[in-house]
Amino acid sequence: MSATQFDLSVVLHGKYAEWLYEGLITTLQLSSISCVLAFFLGLNIAIMRMTSFTPVRWFAQCYLEFFRNTPLIVQLFFWYFGSYQILPKPINDFLNQYNFEFVAAVIALTFYTSAFIAEDIRSGITAIPKEQMEASRSSGFSYLRSMHYIILPQAVRHTIPPLINQFLNLTKNSSMAMVIGVGELTYQARQIESQAFKSFEAFFAATFIYICISFSITILVTWYDKKVLNPLGKGTP
Amino acid sequence: MESIFDFSVISDNFLQLLIGRYPHGPLGGLALTLILAFISVILSIFGGLILGLLCISRNKFISLPIIAIVNIVRAMPLLMVIFWMFFILPSITGGKIPENTTVICALSIFTSCYISQIVIAGIASIPRGQTEASISTGLTYWQSMRYIILPQGLRNMIPSFVNQFVSLIKDTSLGYIVGVSEITQVAMQINNRTQIHSAEIFIFLAFIYFIICFIFTSLSRWLEKSLSWKKVI
Repeated sequence: MSATQFDLSVVLHGKYAEWLYEGLITTLQLSSISCVLAFFLGLNIAIMRMTSFTPVRWFAQCYLEFFRNTPLIVQLFFWYFGSYQILPKPINDFLNQYNFEFVAAVIALTFYTSAFIAEDIRSGITAIPKEQMEASRSSGFSYLRSMHYIILPQAVRHTIPPLINQFLNLTKNSSMAMVIGVGELTYQARQIESQAFKSFEAFFAATFIYICISFSITILVTWYDKKVLNPLGKGTP
Repeated sequence: MESIFDFSVISDNFLQLLIGRYPHGPLGGLALTLILAFISVILSIFGGLILGLLCISRNKFISLPIIAIVNIVRAMPLLMVIFWMFFILPSITGGKIPENTTVICALSIFTSCYISQIVIAGIASIPRGQTEASISTGLTYWQSMRYIILPQGLRNMIPSFVNQFVSLIKDTSLGYIVGVSEITQVAMQINNRTQIHSAEIFIFLAFIYFIICFIFTSLSRWLEKSLSWKKVI
């Protein structure tokens, strides 16, 4: 592979540009679907992690440790190759009719990210003073209701920046879905490389797109930090 | 009722998962995973220290380009960094680069950028008065960094370094993509050969990663606790 000449126009027009565009759309679909699912799963795990009922708490703890300490790529392989042994046959047949790679990637990304999201939500909730929970319990709210009406609305405000960061990580992690053949951005760049031998151009374009996504999300977090959390400058509660 | 899992595939290939084809071929498997992670973490601690110090350098011509590079690398997925190394390294050296070197380079560069942020935060956690005091005692900027600030800051950073090591152990699994024969690659080979025991193989693989990473995560938590009382100086 010799670096003959760097010609970006190959990937900006025609077939290859379309491939990259499809890849970008798949990346965004993959990360936004997984993000929504992971948020709800993570919220439940975070609440389970903090209940006083010990078996549930232990389950949540094990869940967190397991998914945080295992590489995403192994989880992807597990869901993609191993699921037919675990899921019942009707479900497998149903999934095989559709885009199974995509579903497996969504499942793996959801489980992986939910563990990180749960930790972020938990630290957001523990940042709320304990007295608030005690006060709402003594005014007659049940545990779940005081969570719903008193604690969570406050915690969400402080959890949003780390959650947006998790979305960013999720978008970056979705690149690993190429190993099971999901046609996202990195996969398409790889395809262009093997078809047209334009490796530098293809990966330059893909990298540029990833950097644009990352920077716009980072700018969003900085704006939120400045305008919403600290409107009067640093140090205000 | 017959169990749906048959773990004999693991016991048959256990040695291959641990050391690859070592006595008769190159070292691989879990041993290679740990070696790659270890070399990369050492390189990236030094790389991160240098990058972090350059980022907070008072010379804008040094700090601004370095900050830009660090942020660009942090905005990229690790997979992209690995691919870039895969293409760039051979065109720099003009020869074929072993896969292990490619992955070590990619992981070190990627992790250095993350560690540089830890270093910046660690240095910022030392009160500014200390730098001012040491400079007014006659030390130069670099001397006060070297003898006063870094020794204190580094101690606070140790748990974060252990966390980065855990991330690195997980990240070495991406070496699979460029064909490094670490444990994920070996498991994949076994999976391709046997075809019908995928669930067992990947459950076991996840379990091995989990045990190793969990040990180091617990270590970092313990360090965080045992070091924190000394922070109040």
